[in-house]
Amino acid sequence: MKTQYIGKPVSRVDGLAKVTGSAKYSADFKVEGMLYGYIVSGSIAKGRIISIDTSGAMSLKGVLQVFTHENVSGLPWFSIKYKDMDAPTGSPFRPLHDDKIIYSGQPVALVVAETFELARYAASLVHVSYQEEDFTTDLVKNMDQSYKAPVGKLGYVSPKSRGNADEAFDQAAFKMSGSYQHGAEHHNPMELFSTTAIWENGKLTVYDKTQGVSNCQFYIGNVFGLAYKDVRIISPYVGGAFGSGLRPQYQLFMAVLAALELKRPVKVGLTRQQMFTFGHRPVTLQQLQLSASTDGSLESIKHEAFSETSRFENYTEIIVNWSGTMYNCDNVKLKYELVGLDMYTPVDMRAPGAVTGAHAIESAMDELAYELKMDPLIFRLKNYADEDQTEEKPFSSKELIACYREGAEKFGWTKRSIGPRSMREGNQLIGWGVATAAWDAFQAPARAKALLSIDGKLIVSSGTSDIGTGTYTIMTQIAAESLGLKIEDVTFKLGDTNMPLAPLEGGSWTAASVGAAVKGVCEDVKKKLKKMAVKTKTSPFYDTSSKDIVFDSGIISDVNDSSKSISIVDLMRIAGVNSIEETSTSGPNPINKMKYTFNSHAAVFAEVKVDEDLGIVRVTRVVCAVAAGKILNPKTARSQILGGVVWGISKALEEESKMDHQYGRFMNHNLSEYHVPVNKDINDIEVIFVEEKDDIVNPLGVKGVGEIGIIGVAGAIANAVFHATGVRVRNLPITMDKVLQIAEDDKNQVAV
Amino acid sequence: MNSFSYNKAHDVAEAVADIQEHEGARFIAGGTNLLDLMKENVMKPAHLTDINRLDLADIKENEEGGLTLGALVTNADTAWNERVEQRYPLLSKAILAGASPQLRNMATNGGNLFQRTRCYYFYDTATACNKREPGSGCSAINGINRIHAILGTSEHCIATHPSDMCVALAALDAKVNVTGPNGDRTVEFGDFHRLPGNTPHLDNNISQGELVTSIDLPPSNFTKNVFYLKVRDRQSYAFALVSVAAALDLEGDVIKDIRVAMGGVAHKPWRRREVEESYIGKVASTENFRALAETMLTGAVGFGGNTFKIELAKRAIVRALNEALKSGENL
Amino acid sequence: MTTESAVLEEPVVKKQELPEFELVNLTINGQSFKLKLQPWVSLLDAIREYAGLTGTKKGCDHGQCGACTVLINGKRINSCLTLAVMRDGEAITTIEGLSDGVVNHPLQDAFIEHDAFQCGYCTPGQICSAVGMINEGRANSLEDVQELMSGNICRCGAYNNINAAIMEVKSKMA
Ligand SMILES: Cc1cc2nc3c(=O)[nH]c(=O)nc-3n(C[C@H](O)[C@H](O)[C@H](O)COP(=O)(O)OP(=O)(O)OC[C@H]3O[C@@H](n4cnc5c(N)ncnc54)[C@H](O)[C@@H]3O)c2cc1C
Ligand code: SF4
Ligand code: FES
Ligand code: FES
Repeated sequence: MKTQYIGKPVSRVDGLAKVTGSAKYSADFKVEGMLYGYIVSGSIAKGRIISIDTSGAMSLKGVLQVFTHENVSGLPWFSIKYKDMDAPTGSPFRPLHDDKIIYSGQPVALVVAETFELARYAASLVHVSYQEEDFTTDLVKNMDQSYKAPVGKLGYVSPKSRGNADEAFDQAAFKMSGSYQHGAEHHNPMELFSTTAIWENGKLTVYDKTQGVSNCQFYIGNVFGLAYKDVRIISPYVGGAFGSGLRPQYQLFMAVLAALELKRPVKVGLTRQQMFTFGHRPVTLQQLQLSASTDGSLESIKHEAFSETSRFENYTEIIVNWSGTMYNCDNVKLKYELVGLDMYTPVDMRAPGAVTGAHAIESAMDELAYELKMDPLIFRLKNYADEDQTEEKPFSSKELIACYREGAEKFGWTKRSIGPRSMREGNQLIGWGVATAAWDAFQAPARAKALLSIDGKLIVSSGTSDIGTGTYTIMTQIAAESLGLKIEDVTFKLGDTNMPLAPLEGGSWTAASVGAAVKGVCEDVKKKLKKMAVKTKTSPFYDTSSKDIVFDSGIISDVNDSSKSISIVDLMRIAGVNSIEETSTSGPNPINKMKYTFNSHAAVFAEVKVDEDLGIVRVTRVVCAVAAGKILNPKTARSQILGGVVWGISKALEEESKMDHQYGRFMNHNLSEYHVPVNKDINDIEVIFVEEKDDIVNPLGVKGVGEIGIIGVAGAIANAVFHATGVRVRNLPITMDKVLQIAEDDKNQVAV
Repeated sequence: MNSFSYNKAHDVAEAVADIQEHEGARFIAGGTNLLDLMKENVMKPAHLTDINRLDLADIKENEEGGLTLGALVTNADTAWNERVEQRYPLLSKAILAGASPQLRNMATNGGNLFQRTRCYYFYDTATACNKREPGSGCSAINGINRIHAILGTSEHCIATHPSDMCVALAALDAKVNVTGPNGDRTVEFGDFHRLPGNTPHLDNNISQGELVTSIDLPPSNFTKNVFYLKVRDRQSYAFALVSVAAALDLEGDVIKDIRVAMGGVAHKPWRRREVEESYIGKVASTENFRALAETMLTGAVGFGGNTFKIELAKRAIVRALNEALKSGENL
Repeated sequence: MTTESAVLEEPVVKKQELPEFELVNLTINGQSFKLKLQPWVSLLDAIREYAGLTGTKKGCDHGQCGACTVLINGKRINSCLTLAVMRDGEAITTIEGLSDGVVNHPLQDAFIEHDAFQCGYCTPGQICSAVGMINEGRANSLEDVQELMSGNICRCGAYNNINAAIMEVKSKMA
């Protein structure tokens, strides 16, 4: 086969739309007669609404309705109807359901008006009086309320311990103990959540910002009692999501509610402040205890994590389990518990759990390496896990050693002097740190449809999404290569419930899941064409064996005799076929899944420069070496890793949603005070994809690159900060006051 | 955002008259602070007087031999004005340390003086804030106060003035020219902004009907050894935790004159001339800078989240002065 | 000196009247738009909701992200923090105005080539901002570009590629 696109740095097929402003995100759809909704957010953390005065708002000309719990009726009482596909166990939040306030910022009313400005103004005239109740939002103060995290959320598995870690720890020659704290974070994609709902002739069409159109269809169908077939969700472009679009958010509910009631199209968008009112990465406290023998072999790993969740749902993520598979160790004790607080349920955020756990275990590994006076990279190699000790299974592939080797080489790791504060440049202390990352390589069942028309153009579709991950591009590549077409002749479509069902886009599984379906459906089309070639009398392949037929650039030819060929277009013409349509489903191989563990890996090397007097940390260099199976498109995959590293830098140094426990409210709810990196914060980032061949994980041999880039970064940076300064900052983000140890009430940062 | 009426004024007289005629009226210049706060329902002017057509957009020589910056010159045009860059590099650097290029293209010199605090609670109408709603209480004192003041605070408010430009203007002894229904007046920069005291709702000593027309900069010898240090939680596009405008006029290594103004630490740019004066005639050395810094911070009080700023501010002063010292060497 | 004043006491809004409509003339990408707008319409919303050009994005509506960056007479500004009425008579360029449908602005092509985006939401703002920056003529090095492009947040973290695209275009122009 000559047509080759897989593995090539093809530029994004949706690039032109994105650079010219023609790509349509959910707020960009304007419909004739559209109304605008503006949501009123509650101001207290817990209690009841005594009254809502909407008269001021309703008196304005052009305001159509103010929806509140008092006038919304006919919706299901049972919370199970509000469950979506990514819901944790518990009972989901029901907007405008009753007078109860269960978290600060809860939507309490929706104003719908002729213009956005009017709706916004009218919203400011809605007066809500509350009866407040006691609440608590502080994880640290409620540790005695913790309970074992229940199973039930998609993808969650309970941690498994092994051996006797307590005993091993007590007897070991070298040990470390440390506690690590992570603040809350909000996804804050650049695109504000927005939904436009249109109710016409008994059918609902919804433009939404989501990572899963079918999840929204399911939710809306259940909540509003509509047949799924009458609910169409469209989401061709998503301006980032990072997990925040996995669950239907409340603006979707609001827009649909208003459109059904008012029988006019309604657009409801959230403000940036409201982007802090529906789920976050939870505050987490972790305790780590590691021990090793004199030769540097790990003797025990003890890892406990306590995370906050809401009082109504048990948000769970995999934090501590990673510590059982990352390194070779016979004695592992893991624990993961939740604390219910008066806040909204956390929601998956890029590399949920892993990024939190990895920072702690990777910092702890560094701390123990220093106890051992061993190079932290050599210490990791010494304890390399060749197999998954938790599940007692081999990895389908694991090229982590190559990541360490190639990463270290690129970074110049061998030039590192081991002692803290041993490298400097004027008043800048220089530090180098390393960390490891691992993530699951998932695959879920997915469907795709292919339509090949007589002009030789192929349209492949699947109801997945592209949140910036490059789905459009890689699926186009896969389809073009599978069917031997020129890439210009292939169009991939996504983000529409009229298309075949695909799983939620999350957890880096889209490439594998949808990719397999796309490949599968193209293979089906190919089979049909082959059959057509040998069955059509005027075809050059008539009555020959189809096994010698190859496809390249839209031409079918004989592998042994290239003069024997026909274009797909001509073949379809002589066969009298106008189009070929196939739909196919692909899913994971359950036997392989039982026999092997599927993980992607990375090694991250970071250099920081820390201002000795001011404590300001800059990440001047990062090398991220990734083993993630086959890389379908090194250009877009590199961007994914770059983005992951930027997120890691952000987590390490900048990001934190600050909760005021007097109010139970996140206070820095804007992009000016919730810091994410700006251009100037980001310097050299080098991405390496190490060769990793894996025929077991899935037919394409891919593992996904959406999460693996972020996971090790905060650990590598924290370790680099220690190397630079001799101060072990265990609480993220690492801000100057912690580095200088002049932060008040902060006893958790230790200097050597 | 509330409902308001709107007029474009074409000259100063019309602007002053228009604002008089309308109850609850405000001037709007760049709009970058006012519209932000209106969208948050923190400010609710009933009328806007648009002053953008006024003839106040020039930078001119003044009689004293300094420059006069028109109130409507944008921050970007000021910072990148050749004469400002040469004669008042401290001001240029301070402005460029603030906001973003886009915002600086909109923000005006007049508006910058009036920008309001970035206190989280001031911005969130769900919370108590004496500045926004006098008498409601100050949430920041026992709340999240990483970005709050350590100097000149009161039990009613611990907010900071967030401007960078104003820190340099304070250091440079600028004067603000104001016109209003009662005629023209000139305000020393040190008297422009207020401390919160019992009246945290008042940011400054300018009344609502008064229009800032220009800012006078006196001639300045601080053209070489100057530095603006902005310490913040990210490298750009963030407000200062602590900022220092430092300027030295040297004879050899002896201080002929010195200026130190701080931002991010108080309700107004923080400067103490008597402290500066006590270092005139002394050697420009790290030891002296540290001693000066200690004195500058006398009386500083932290509220938990911001206590680190006391030590940080001292270090920032020393660094800024040392950088100012060094920056002369490169010229 | 003090003038006793009640400067910052917020006036009570007594009337519930709505702002009056005004005719606002905007030239957007060379095309003239005569829009009847109330003064409370931001330039960003005027462009998006009233002129129907949705290439310019809203990321915060508070001047904190740069997604809404457009050029006014060649200068980059945040369109969310200015009122359309304040811009009456001005010439505005949005992302849609940088390409004529056949030939792109070199930055647009460079952004594609360098994969200078992922989700693409910040991209119109990034490109307009970069055009504005080049017009300003102050960015002489990568370091300058990093600082002078810091008014545009990219949550996907495409900064390195954005800078590579800009540096390439700048070097070709030099
Ligand atoms: C995201 C963001 C980040 C920022 N970061 C920084 C920063 O780091 N450093 C910094 O210094 N600033 C920063 N700023 C603030 C910015 O500099 C100010 O908003 C700007 O200077 C205000 O000027 P303006 O012309 O836009 O004022 P406007 O918003 O038009 O007006 C502000 C106030 O001043 C009054 N006013 C305006 N002109 C006059 C006049 N001539 N006479 C009397 N009253 C007048 C108005 O009535 C109004 O009350 C930031 C702003 C934003 C939105
Ligand atoms: S510090 Fe001042 S502005 Fe902030 S809450 Fe207190 S009174 Fe309000
Ligand atoms: S939308 Fe204008 S700066 Fe964010
Ligand atoms: S490309 Fe997604 S925010 Fe920049």
